[in-house]
Amino acid sequence: MSISRADIEKVAVLARIKVDDEQVSALEKDLGNILDLVDQLSAADTDLVEPMAHPLDAVQRLRPDVVTETDQRAAFQAIAPATEDGLYLVPRVIE
Amino acid sequence: MHNKSVAELSRELESGKISSVELAQQFLDRLKLEDGKYNSFITISEEQAMVEAKAADDMRAAGKATAWTGIPFAHKDIFCTNGVRTTCGSKMLENFVPPYDATVTEKFKQAGAVCLGKTNMDEFAMGSSTESSYFGATTNPWGASSAVNRVPGGSSGGSAAAVAARLVPAATGTDTGGSIRQPAALCGITGLKPTYGRVSRYGMIAFASSLDQGGAMTRTAEDAALMLNVMAGFDPKDSTCIDREVPDYTATLNEPLKGLKIGLPKEYFSEQLSPAMEQQVRSAVREYEKLGATVKEVSLPNAKLAIAAYYVIAPAEASANLSRFDGVRYGYRCEDPKDLMDMYTRTRAEGFGNEVKRRILVGSYALSAGYFDAYYLKAQKVRRLIQQDFITAFKEVDVLMSPVSPSPAFVQGEKNTDPVSMYLEDVFTIAINLAGIPAMSVPAGFVDGLPVGLQIIGDYFSEARLLNAAHQFQQVTDWHQREPQ
Repeated sequence: MSISRADIEKVAVLARIKVDDEQVSALEKDLGNILDLVDQLSAADTDLVEPMAHPLDAVQRLRPDVVTETDQRAAFQAIAPATEDGLYLVPRVIE
Repeated sequence: MHNKSVAELSRELESGKISSVELAQQFLDRLKLEDGKYNSFITISEEQAMVEAKAADDMRAAGKATAWTGIPFAHKDIFCTNGVRTTCGSKMLENFVPPYDATVTEKFKQAGAVCLGKTNMDEFAMGSSTESSYFGATTNPWGASSAVNRVPGGSSGGSAAAVAARLVPAATGTDTGGSIRQPAALCGITGLKPTYGRVSRYGMIAFASSLDQGGAMTRTAEDAALMLNVMAGFDPKDSTCIDREVPDYTATLNEPLKGLKIGLPKEYFSEQLSPAMEQQVRSAVREYEKLGATVKEVSLPNAKLAIAAYYVIAPAEASANLSRFDGVRYGYRCEDPKDLMDMYTRTRAEGFGNEVKRRILVGSYALSAGYFDAYYLKAQKVRRLIQQDFITAFKEVDVLMSPVSPSPAFVQGEKNTDPVSMYLEDVFTIAINLAGIPAMSVPAGFVDGLPVGLQIIGDYFSEARLLNAAHQFQQVTDWHQREPQ
């Protein structure tokens, strides 16, 4: 199964990864090979099989709805690329 | 001292022959001198190690020492360490200093162990050769003096190389598709991937959350048991961790193996396996027969679909997990972004390496509208078929034995231009992660002077049985004691 240049460009936008034309060509080949490998799955008969999300079929636990964490904003923001007045800074979104 | 196991070092410390501070200094001196040949560490945390060593001596003086108090070891650079940079082998996290400890990190600290630093790995644990690290490839100590350098396997290749080269007696690893067992095999050490949910994943940088599992990389099975004693256990901070009692894994190491029923999955002795490798694995199995085990052939008919299922599930989960690297809260941010979209897309294009980007793109594709049922849902169904094969096999036998990798350590650069050829390196290990069962790699011989691993696979929560089987094998063989020249 092959993947088109248009598919790669679309999925790169979804994944928020910038790719140039040269990279798209390389990805066309590499992703095509990976999808060929993955295509073996279509041969398996899975009509009556339940999908498996956790090896022990465990479900997500819920904890009591109480405050357990203390405020660590300063520690967390100390490692951020850009902050100001306790806020994370990003390029202007609204003009 | 550097040739001693964790168990032996523990006795030296207990007897007072050496202090934790002296031991840490000896190991650090040797590490700094020797690691230039292997590049097995990304960060050596000397200052923190000496603080921990001093604390270990105090802990012993106070009568509170454990088996790990004062033992030097290393963490794979995927476990968050408060105040010590944690890179996951990526430019994205080149300067990331976590403000908290992983649960595994915390447990070793509580036991009084002394972490010397963080070991090299394939970027975000995606690889089988430790060549995709942003911090350069790690070299396998086996064959490192010859004209060509060989890979240590991956993704926990730094941990495996460091333990094989006697830089540390033990190191943590993580295994999503073979990342503890395959490097352990290629470097001639002992590796244990526990049952999914046995060891907390909190603070272990996520690759594929339904497959990732932390484990032990040591020279002996006894040390792996000591390590699992520290690492295993329920953690409310990991929502998929299993709440189940942790036995003392060293207590059953000496049980006799008489009557142990071993199954050999015929699909794992296929044409993918080189004849010389097969010979070594079969001769290891004969040692078990001498110890009183019985052997029969079993079948895992869906095992051939494991790589295909894995390369949907793992990239899909990775694409979701790695969406957190956006240049906003921590990690790399591109220079001079012109708008928000430009910041996201360039940060991720510049911060991630090629293999990580390929997997994010494959995963995003598999999860995108119109493809979800055909890829992700289908792969999860096949995953259950693979699990059922193991459940059926364990009705007949106690453990399964197989090779770990199709061939011994390959030459650097040989497979890293073709992703699919690298993926096939994990053909004998991946199904175990999909099923979520535990497995070990145990040194079992040599081919062309390079180590060969025997894989021992068990049913859910049978780690004690695996460690027992590995330990008994190590009482009658010395493959695990061989030292690279």
